[in-house]
Amino acid sequence: MAIGTVARERVERLDRIWQERPGLTGWLTTTDHKRIGILYLATSLVFFAAGGAEALVMRTQLAEPERRVVGPGTYDQLMTMHGVTMIFLFVIPLSIGAFGNYLVPLMIGSRDMAFPRMNALSYWLFLGSGVLLYSGLALGHAPDAGWFDYVPLASRKYSPGPGVDYYALGLILNGISSTLAAANFLVTIARLRAPGMSLNRMPLFCFAILATSFSLVFALPALTTDLVFLELDRKFGLHFFDVGRGGDPLLWQDLFWIFGHPEVYIIVLPAFGIATSIIPTFTRRRMAAFPLVALAELLVAFIGFGVWVHHMFATGLPEITMIFFAAASLIIVIPSGIQIFAWCMTMVTGKPEYRTPLLFIVGFILFFVFGGLSGIMLAAVPFDQQVTDTYFVVAHFHYVIWGAAVFPLLGGLYYWFPKVTGRMYHETLGQATFWLVFIGTNVTFFPMHISGLLGMPRRVWTYPSALGWGPENLVSTLGAFFLAGGLVLLAANLIVSGFRGKPAGPNPFGGATLEWATSSPPPPYNFAVIPEVTSAYATWDEPDRERDAARLERGELVLEGGHRTTSTTPVDGRLDEILDMPSESPWPVTLGFLATLGFAFVLSNHLVMAAGVGVLAAAVLAAWHSNEPEAA
Amino acid sequence: MTNPATGPARDIDTLWWAMLAGAMVVFAAVVALLVLAFVRRHRADDVSHDDRGAYKVIVGGGLAAPIVVLAILFGFVIHVMPATSAPPGPTKLTIDVIGHQWFWEVRYPGTAVVTANEIHIPAGTAVDVRATTVDVIHSFWVPRLNRKIDMIPGRVNRIELDAPDPGVYRGQCSEFCGVGHAEMAFDVIVQPPHAFLAWLHAQERPAAPPAGAAARLGRRTFLTVGCEDCHTIRGTAAAGRVGPDLTHVGSRRTVAALTIPNTPRMLFDWISNPQRAKPGSRMPGFASLPAAERHALVAYLEGLR
Repeated sequence: MAIGTVARERVERLDRIWQERPGLTGWLTTTDHKRIGILYLATSLVFFAAGGAEALVMRTQLAEPERRVVGPGTYDQLMTMHGVTMIFLFVIPLSIGAFGNYLVPLMIGSRDMAFPRMNALSYWLFLGSGVLLYSGLALGHAPDAGWFDYVPLASRKYSPGPGVDYYALGLILNGISSTLAAANFLVTIARLRAPGMSLNRMPLFCFAILATSFSLVFALPALTTDLVFLELDRKFGLHFFDVGRGGDPLLWQDLFWIFGHPEVYIIVLPAFGIATSIIPTFTRRRMAAFPLVALAELLVAFIGFGVWVHHMFATGLPEITMIFFAAASLIIVIPSGIQIFAWCMTMVTGKPEYRTPLLFIVGFILFFVFGGLSGIMLAAVPFDQQVTDTYFVVAHFHYVIWGAAVFPLLGGLYYWFPKVTGRMYHETLGQATFWLVFIGTNVTFFPMHISGLLGMPRRVWTYPSALGWGPENLVSTLGAFFLAGGLVLLAANLIVSGFRGKPAGPNPFGGATLEWATSSPPPPYNFAVIPEVTSAYATWDEPDRERDAARLERGELVLEGGHRTTSTTPVDGRLDEILDMPSESPWPVTLGFLATLGFAFVLSNHLVMAAGVGVLAAAVLAAWHSNEPEAA
Repeated sequence: MTNPATGPARDIDTLWWAMLAGAMVVFAAVVALLVLAFVRRHRADDVSHDDRGAYKVIVGGGLAAPIVVLAILFGFVIHVMPATSAPPGPTKLTIDVIGHQWFWEVRYPGTAVVTANEIHIPAGTAVDVRATTVDVIHSFWVPRLNRKIDMIPGRVNRIELDAPDPGVYRGQCSEFCGVGHAEMAFDVIVQPPHAFLAWLHAQERPAAPPAGAAARLGRRTFLTVGCEDCHTIRGTAAAGRVGPDLTHVGSRRTVAALTIPNTPRMLFDWISNPQRAKPGSRMPGFASLPAAERHALVAYLEGLR
C-alpha cells in the first residue's frame, strides 16, 4: 500500500522511539519480546542438542544386550539429564518462551508484553537454571536419580553427592522463571489485546498460551514446595520424607505429580495452539467449532489437575482412590477428542495444501491420537499396574511429548520462519525432512511398546541377552540416529535459508492472525498503528487492514508520542487506556546473573556468600524500580 | 504380552487385547478423516465456513462416542481390578519379600527360612506376598504372574501370587532404585506342593558343616576376612544383615540377583571382583585374598546346599 509523507514521518518517529542499542549490549539489555523470543529459541535449541546427544549415547548403550559403552553411573546421569533437559530446558522454553513470547504480542496486536523487563528477567533466570544444571554435568556431578527424583533414593543418605542439589536448585530457579513468564502472559493476554479483540475473537494459539499459563501458575508451587522440602531434608537434616521421623516418601510423589501431570498439558497445549494456527492457514478455512476448541483447551488444563495419581497406581493406594483418578484420567480424553475432530474436520471441509508446516501438523495429529490411545490404556488401572515403569510408558510419553508436543513446534519453526527472518525456507527439503523425522520417530519409539510389553523395565542401563529384548532395542537405536539425521537436515535448511532464502514478504502463506499483518521481520514496535479487530481472523479481514492504513495517515492509535501501547478491557477488548511501556534496561540481566550466583552459592554450601548476593540482588531490584519511566 | 500364567495376569492380558482392538478402530477413524481431507483437497466447490456439518462430526466423534467407549472401558477396568488386587485377608501361605539395594530378601514367616532372589511357592496355592523395603523404593514385579506392587519405606504392600503350574517365572525390580537397578532380578520357582514342602524343610535346617579340607578353610576364611559382617549363615557366627543370607546359597541357581549363574567359576570371579559383573554392587572385592582362600570360600559356599 502507498504510504503518504505524513504516515512515513510517523513511522520514522516510531523507529526512533523503539530503537534499542546495537550489538551485544542490545541483546543483553533488550526488552523487545521478539528478541527475547529469539534468545529463548536459540538457548532452548542448544539444550535440545545436548538432550539429543544424551539420548543418542543411551541408545548406543542399549543397542545390544550387555554392551558397555557407558557404565550405570554415567547412564543414570545421562537419563536424568535427558529428561530434565527436554522438559525444563527445551520444550517449555521453546513453546512458551520462544513461540509464546514472539507470537502472543503480535497475534493480539500489541507492541510488547505487559511487563517487558520481567520478561527479560524470565529469560535470564531460565538461562541461569540451564547453566547451573549443566555445570553439574560438566563437573561430573549431574543428578542421577531420574527426572522424577523419587525419595528416599534422592535423599542425602542414598544420593550423598551434590547431583540432586543441582537438580533441586536448578529447577527452583527454572520454576521462578516460568512463573514470571506465566504471570506475564496472563496479564498480557487479559489486558493488551488490540481494541475490538474480545475474548471470542482471540486467536486459539493465545487461548492455548492462556491455559498453559494458568496451569503453570497453579502447578509450579507444588514442585517448588517439593524441591524446597527436599533441600531442607538434604542440607539441613529435616525429615519431610523420612519415614523413620514421621515423614513420608509418598509426599514427594504426590507433590511431584500434582505438578507433573498438569506439566504434560503445559507441554502439549502450546502445540495444540500451533496446530490451530497452521491448519486454518493451509486449508484456507476458519477453524471448525472455534468456541468448542477454545473451551476444550481451557478444560484440558483444568482437568489436568485431577489426574496425577495415575502415575502412582503401583504404590498400593486404596482402590476407591484409584477408581476416582482412573475416571478423571478417562474424562480428560473428551476435550482432547473434541480438538482432534475439530482439526480433522477443518481439514476435511477446507482445501488443505500440504506444505511443510501442515505436514508436521498431520504428523502431530497421528502421534497425538496414537499416544493418546496408549495413554487411555494407562488409565486402565490393572493394565497400568502391569506396564508402568516399563518401556511401554517410555514409548507412550515419547509419542505424546516428542510426537505430539514437539512436532507442532517443528512445524511452527517452518511456519513462522519467514516472519522472523523475512526469508523463505526451502520447501522441498522441508517436506523431505518431515518424512525423515516422521519415519525416524516411529522407528525409534514404536518398538519400545513391544519391549515394554515383553517386560523391559525403564531406566535400566543394560539387559541380559537371554530375555530377547535385543531386536526391539536395536531397531530403536537405528531409528534414533535416523531421526537425529532428519533433525540435522532441518537445522541446515533453516540456517542456510536464513542467509539465502527468498524474501518472504509480510504474509507468504496467507495466514489469518495479526502477526501476518505486519512486515517480516516486524519492526520493534510490531505495528505502525495499533490494529482494530472485528474477528478472530484479523488478517483475512482486508477492509479492517485498509482502515489501519488510513488510521496511520490520521495518526489514530499510532502512539508516536512515546514508548506506548494500548490496554483494553479483559473480556470485551474495549480500548481502556494508553500504557507507557518500559524500555531496555541492564537490570534484568544483572538480577538474573545474581540470582544464579546466589543459587550456586547455596548449592556449594556458601550460605553467607549467598546471603551477600541476596542483599546485592535486593539493591538491584531497588535500582530497577527507581528507573521506571514517568507516566506521560 | 508375555504369556500370562495366572488368572490375574490373563485378565490383564484380555484387557490389553480388548483395548488394543478398540484403539485400532479409533485410530483408523482418525486416519480415515485425514485421508478424506487429502482426497478432497482439489475439489471444485469453494470452501465454506459453515460449521454445521462439521459440528455434527466433532460432537459425535469427540464427545458422544468417547463417552460411550470410555464408559465401557471404565466398567471393564472396575471388573478386572478385584482380580489383581491384594487378597482380602491372610491366605494359606504368607511370604515376606524385602527389597534391598540391590537384591531381594525372602522370608517365610513361622519358619526360620530366609533366602534371597529365589521365591519358592507351591503350585495351586494362593500366596500372600508382603512387599517391603529396607532402603529405597523398589517394585516387585513378575509379569507372568500378576501386576507389580511398589515396596515403599514405612508401608507393607500386598500382592497375591497364585500360579497353577510349576515352573520358573522371572521377576525384576521396576522402580528405579540406583546404579544396581538393572541387575535386580529374581525368580519365582513354582513347585508341586510336596516338592515345595521338601524344599522348605531343607531350607529350615542350619548350614551344613563343611565337608573336606578346602571347605573347612573356606569357612574359616568366611568368618575372619569380613564376609560375616554382611552375610548370615545360620549355624555359624556369621549374622550380618547387609547382604543376602547365605545359609543355603549352594542350592540357588544364580548369584547377585540373577546377574550370574551359580557355578564355582563364576562365584570365584564374583568374590574376586563383584564390580565386573554388577557395577555398583555393595559387595567389596576380595581379589587381595590369596587365590587359595578364594577357592576355599567357593568350595565352602557351594557346599551350603
